[in-house]
Amino acid sequence: MLKLTDLCKRYPTGDEALKKVSLEIPNGQAVALIGPSGAGKSTLIRCVNRLVEPTSGSVQLNDVELTTLSSGKLRAQRRSIGMIFQEYALVERLTVMENVLSGRLGYVGFWKSWLRRYPGEDIKEAFRLLDRVGIMHMADKRADELSGGQRQRVGIARALIQNPELLLIDEPTASLDPKTSREIMRLIRELCQERNLAAIINIHDVMLAQMFAERVVGLRFGEIVYDGPPDGLTPDVLTEIYGEEDWEATIETVENEDVETADAVDHAT
Amino acid sequence: MSDAVTPKNYPSIWKKPPLIKRGWLRWSLWFGAAIYLAIGFGTLEVDWQRVSEGIPRGQRFLSAFFPPDIFSRWDSILDGILESIWMTVISTVAGIALSVPVGLGAAKNLAPKPVYMVCRFIVALSRTFPEVILAIFAVKLFGFGPFAGFIALSIATVGFYAKLLAEDIEDMDPVQAEAIRSTGASWFQWVNYAVQPQVMPRMIGLAVYRLDINFRESAVVGIVGGGGIGATLLTAFDRYEFDSAAAILLIIIAIVMGLEYASGYLRQKVQ
Amino acid sequence: MAIINTESGPVWKRRTTKQEWIYWLCWLAAAAVFVYCFKLVSDKTIWFFVTDAGAQAQDMASRMVPPKWSYIHDLWRPIWDTINIATLGTALALVIAVPIAFLAAKNTTPHPTVRAAALFVIVSSRSINSLIWALMLVAIIGPGILAGVIAIGLRSVGFCAKLLYEAIEEIDETQVEAIKATGASGAQQLSYGIVPQIMPAFAGISVFRWDINIRESTVLGLVGAGGIGLQLEASISTLAWTQVSVILLVILATVIVSEWVSAKIRHAII
Repeated sequence: MLKLTDLCKRYPTGDEALKKVSLEIPNGQAVALIGPSGAGKSTLIRCVNRLVEPTSGSVQLNDVELTTLSSGKLRAQRRSIGMIFQEYALVERLTVMENVLSGRLGYVGFWKSWLRRYPGEDIKEAFRLLDRVGIMHMADKRADELSGGQRQRVGIARALIQNPELLLIDEPTASLDPKTSREIMRLIRELCQERNLAAIINIHDVMLAQMFAERVVGLRFGEIVYDGPPDGLTPDVLTEIYGEEDWEATIETVENEDVETADAVDHAT
Repeated sequence: MSDAVTPKNYPSIWKKPPLIKRGWLRWSLWFGAAIYLAIGFGTLEVDWQRVSEGIPRGQRFLSAFFPPDIFSRWDSILDGILESIWMTVISTVAGIALSVPVGLGAAKNLAPKPVYMVCRFIVALSRTFPEVILAIFAVKLFGFGPFAGFIALSIATVGFYAKLLAEDIEDMDPVQAEAIRSTGASWFQWVNYAVQPQVMPRMIGLAVYRLDINFRESAVVGIVGGGGIGATLLTAFDRYEFDSAAAILLIIIAIVMGLEYASGYLRQKVQ
Repeated sequence: MAIINTESGPVWKRRTTKQEWIYWLCWLAAAAVFVYCFKLVSDKTIWFFVTDAGAQAQDMASRMVPPKWSYIHDLWRPIWDTINIATLGTALALVIAVPIAFLAAKNTTPHPTVRAAALFVIVSSRSINSLIWALMLVAIIGPGILAGVIAIGLRSVGFCAKLLYEAIEEIDETQVEAIKATGASGAQQLSYGIVPQIMPAFAGISVFRWDINIRESTVLGLVGAGGIGLQLEASISTLAWTQVSVILLVILATVIVSEWVSAKIRHAII
């Protein structure tokens, strides 16, 4: 379980990215974090694993307070927090396999990782995950030879090999086409269910959020303005999150498009 | 999903695919490199006794270096530095002035084939020999003093600047060039309107960079008699006045640093 | 750009009158500096020698041909030494330059003071020509190839470290962030996040500098630091011009070959 209490972040420029955000996410729940650009979505998930240092407030993962940890202990905790990035953030010039194995870096010593001598169990698990995300035949390819969807699959495998308790997912579909976006989101949802993972998914596509998350949190100017089920996203709520716009069209398409039929189409291809 | 139904046996060993795929080539490259290093070190012919003698000598050398003594030879240092600066300025200006026609001629997309060949030959010839060798011959021909250094540095500047100018012109955006050509512009108008604006910013940066190089090189043309601070430096070494030598080196470093800041500033401004 | 209203309607000019003045004044100032510097140099020049240069050149050229081809057999060893000085010197430089580059790059330096120190090392190494380094080293460890190797090494450290730290500063930070998020240690972030990204730059810089060093190591012999420069110095001082021409042709060939090799390698890398 992840518990944020009164989390604040003020950048040196004076921008207040987060204003006393409190949020509780039980295990096995995938939460979609929506909101306009600059609402603080990215800052929020980076404050959890302290890629961005929060100014005040507390972050607790399974009752361990993360904000006060020393850097060594923080690294140990980061191992149980998987992160998936917007532009995949793979190390482009390393092979797919090395990218996946890099998820184990927190568990292996420096020289072993330098010489690429990972334990057999890790390599087995890496192959299993690559197979699970459907790109095992790509293991020896260099990451920059892959397409966007394939790269994001590598990114997912890298996060999962950490054997995490929590997934932080930053705009996983921002640079993918609509079909691949859905495939990736479906994969993420399935994996969360399989492993009973808590997940925060930053996403700016309201439709995808409604389709694949069981809970939606709306963020505006660093404050939570909505927290509830996906079907509670009425035009009024969206106006509150994003500002004035004709929201009927967005919601209507979602209602017309049944999630199950979309699944069937994707499986057929 | 499928993996839950049929548990597969995944390999537990993985090796990073090697950079060079062909095994024999990879091994022979490693082998060749090892042999080269062995022979290379073997023919170094280090006189270890001389080197071990050199260690206390090096310490004395360093202690003589500090503190650097600017004042006892101040007149000759100032003289040498100023001479270097004049030499640098005029050889950079003259070199670049000569480079412009040569560089235009050495650009494949600008010049007719025979002109291109001649200009490329000039560039290659002036690039081959280090400044010092050029300076040796300039001293033989023009006598001792800064004029020989000026000639040597100007020739070296042509080799450097004309080559980069030609490459920059060859890399320019052909669409802009075509647009100007389609207006019916003459060759000179075309160069003035299509080529010049595209290559100018980088060329200004490179001119300052070359000024910087010429200043540094002016210190070595002096060693073979080409005038400038090098002559003063060599005298200081010959007389074992290492504190003066240290002062000269520090002044060179300071001026180069200043030039580097200036070129950074100028490049920001023109871009 | 300016549009000036005159009696016969607006006229377009590239610059306003004031800009025009400043523009020409700058040119005038630059020309004045040039003329002044030239005058100072010309004061120190014995013009008789300069006017005589044409005849001198003819004389020298006539003494240089035909080249004494048999002399080339005495040159194989110096050529080998020259190449060794360049190669081993480049290797030495790279070994020193890598840590300095990491200390000098904004995103990997442990502390701003360390960065300033590293930058000073880089500038010092770059400002002092390899011939001057050689001059000092010959005084310390005696004449020979070792002095040449170290001189080339010390001179190249600054060049390689400068280009390398610029490459480090230009890396994609999100890749490093992703490695950091897995709980990797600082050294692991370096080896997985940064090193793969700068490898192509590193290879390119090494070959580029090696090519330059071949050229520079041909003259180190002038101050006694080994290589073909020793023969050049000896031949010039004994006025053996037919040998000099052979040496110059050999240098020319070496430089052309090294340029060809480095172009091939760079092509293969990229």
